[in-house]
Amino acid sequence: MMDSLALHLPALLVAIPLFTAFLIPLAGRAGGTVRSALVILGAALTSLAGLALAARVFAGGTVLYVFGAAAPHAAIPMDSGGIPIRIIFQVDALGALMVVIAALSSLAITLYSLAAESRQSGKDGFYSMLFLLVAGVLGMVSTGDLFNFFVFLEISSLAGAALVAYRIDQGEAVEGGLKYALLSTVGALSVLMAIGILFAQYNALNIATVASRLRFGALDMIALVLLAVPLAMKCGAVPMHFWTPDTYTTAPSSITALLVVSSQASLYGLFRILFTLYGDLLRFNWAVFGWFLVILGALSAFVGVTMAIPQKDVKRLMAYHAVSQTGYMLLGVGVGLAVFADAGALAAYGKTAMAGGLFHIINHAMYKGLLFLTAGAVFYRTGTRNLNRLGGLGHAMPWTMVFFMIGALAIAGIPPFNGFASKLLIYESVFRFSPFLAILAMVVSILTLASFVKVFHSMFMGPPRAEFAGVREVPAPMIAGMAILAAFVILAGLVPQAFVDRMIAPAVNALVDRAGYIAAILGGH
Amino acid sequence: MITRLLLAMPFLTVAVLLLLALGALLFKRNLIKMLMGLSLMESAVNLFLVAIGYRQDGIAPIFTNAPQTLMVLPTVQALTLTAIVIGVATSAMMLSFAMVIYKKYGTVDVRNIRKLNG
Amino acid sequence: MDIPWTLQTGAGAWNPLLWLVGFAVAFGVAWLVRSRGRPDNRSGDALKPFISGNEEPENAGGHIPASNLYWGFTEAMKAYYSRLVPFHTGIPSDYVAWLLGVMALMLVIALTV
Repeated sequence: MMDSLALHLPALLVAIPLFTAFLIPLAGRAGGTVRSALVILGAALTSLAGLALAARVFAGGTVLYVFGAAAPHAAIPMDSGGIPIRIIFQVDALGALMVVIAALSSLAITLYSLAAESRQSGKDGFYSMLFLLVAGVLGMVSTGDLFNFFVFLEISSLAGAALVAYRIDQGEAVEGGLKYALLSTVGALSVLMAIGILFAQYNALNIATVASRLRFGALDMIALVLLAVPLAMKCGAVPMHFWTPDTYTTAPSSITALLVVSSQASLYGLFRILFTLYGDLLRFNWAVFGWFLVILGALSAFVGVTMAIPQKDVKRLMAYHAVSQTGYMLLGVGVGLAVFADAGALAAYGKTAMAGGLFHIINHAMYKGLLFLTAGAVFYRTGTRNLNRLGGLGHAMPWTMVFFMIGALAIAGIPPFNGFASKLLIYESVFRFSPFLAILAMVVSILTLASFVKVFHSMFMGPPRAEFAGVREVPAPMIAGMAILAAFVILAGLVPQAFVDRMIAPAVNALVDRAGYIAAILGGH
Repeated sequence: MITRLLLAMPFLTVAVLLLLALGALLFKRNLIKMLMGLSLMESAVNLFLVAIGYRQDGIAPIFTNAPQTLMVLPTVQALTLTAIVIGVATSAMMLSFAMVIYKKYGTVDVRNIRKLNG
Repeated sequence: MDIPWTLQTGAGAWNPLLWLVGFAVAFGVAWLVRSRGRPDNRSGDALKPFISGNEEPENAGGHIPASNLYWGFTEAMKAYYSRLVPFHTGIPSDYVAWLLGVMALMLVIALTV
């Protein structure tokens, strides 16, 4: 029984959150306690399924799951003439890394939401949408089919937009949700157009099949731009980042943390398109698209952090930092993309740069989620996000302050936390690619530290204020959620090489190995 | 010449619809008109998806009394149906957002719905 | 279980444990130096902030608001900020325009290079 359960893990990964999402309104009729119990159960089972699947992939290689076939790994049906016709989930090491991120974050965030949203109404809708968003993210990173990717992209965008606009009593939240929905829909429609262009030429929707048949003509280049630019917009790359601060500020804090994970999933999609779908060693223009990512990354890093420094709203400041840190990831993987054709440079520093970028993805999801949750904790007790009006909360909220310090030191890249480990990898490899960019990245790091010192001073330091006299520490579920993320931040900082060996290096190898990805489905063609 | 023009007709329509939709999204100041433009863009992409499904000399994949065995995969129709449903959900959600914004801000002019800026 | 403690970056190595040991040693030295100082200025009046003999202002009076904290930086970078901040208008049409602009630019680059 356990074997067959393990065999169907990829399907369970998406089925459990979907099933929970649709059961929650029913459970809500039976009362708040039943709904909370179902929420905890659903989150725990989803995270368990995700971690189990990731363990299987890291131990045994790519996991295939063919929906509707006689056996889960029978990619090519007998009577199809050699075409994988069904929807296939293909989870390689990079996908497994993203599944780990989504599993850990969703568990921590759901625990946090139980206490943070306890005073709101309409919790049925909130938790349904939350599980739909989790299902969308998990589906986006597991699928091996282009149109399936589009569907999960739309699911996570729509659920995310609805969740951003959750507090409809304030107009600003709905404004943020509207901007997110508008941009996401325009982007997703152009992605659909690109998928149509690719299907029209190659009669296939499966990523491995299209990759093996790609001819790199003008239409294919148009499809690549129509795929890559909206996905870059969805991760918040400058100059398409304007929606990020508006949306992250007004969403409930747990949802902001989950939107960060959703942006990382779009980043995964971008890398999948560039490396696996289009990454032919001889016919792909590595330099142009590598420099596209590098320029986007450097711009995002610098513009993000400089826009963050003068902000008055703590979550808007953190949202600009999310843009800035995404710049680091784009920079690291972009350097790897740019030198891909040069085997010597790739082995010397290209792969390390990609490892730094990918390690930064998981580190960022954890410490950025932690920071947003602490900002939400302060908002939960004081009712304000305005840094000019906050102050002196250090004694009243000691746990929140400690978690904030851990997150702030991690994002600034201070040892011994995990931010330092991934930033070191990025600095050392980008320096050998272009010293100017490495120095720019270090300056950005200093400015990051500066802005978080400002936030720490404004929120926690100083004399206690009269209007916050009754503020106490936040409830236990919120502390538990923050503790899960903080534990990862500390652990990944203490033993970074263990994480690189077991998770990041396999992910880099999976990203680089286009032939292996295709052969897993088409069998060595 | 006429045949080529007729064959290209759906794609020309898609191009015209896309231009109209992008024009509405970029240049109209009323939020409802922007959402109309978005809906127009969805229709354009759906038309594009159906139009690329044409395969010369192929027939519909109905096996009963089929005149030939060269049939067309109904994949694009499946894609279009999914896209239509997603479009319906998106339009419904964004129109309800527009309603709430009108109630809270008193206007649907996007130049005035800018509390989040800078 | 063999746990690798050192991160290899290809150009160097980083060991968090050694850093923590060094941090602990430095902390111990600082503690030692402090404990050998005068024992009478560790509590009470000696802990109040020294503002050149002036009185400490009431409650929140001495607390600089967040907006003014980095005035020097924002003032020095005024040329940069005065051009960058107006781009963040808050109008959704502008956001879509930026997305389409970057898409158009990349289409031209991808098709000609």
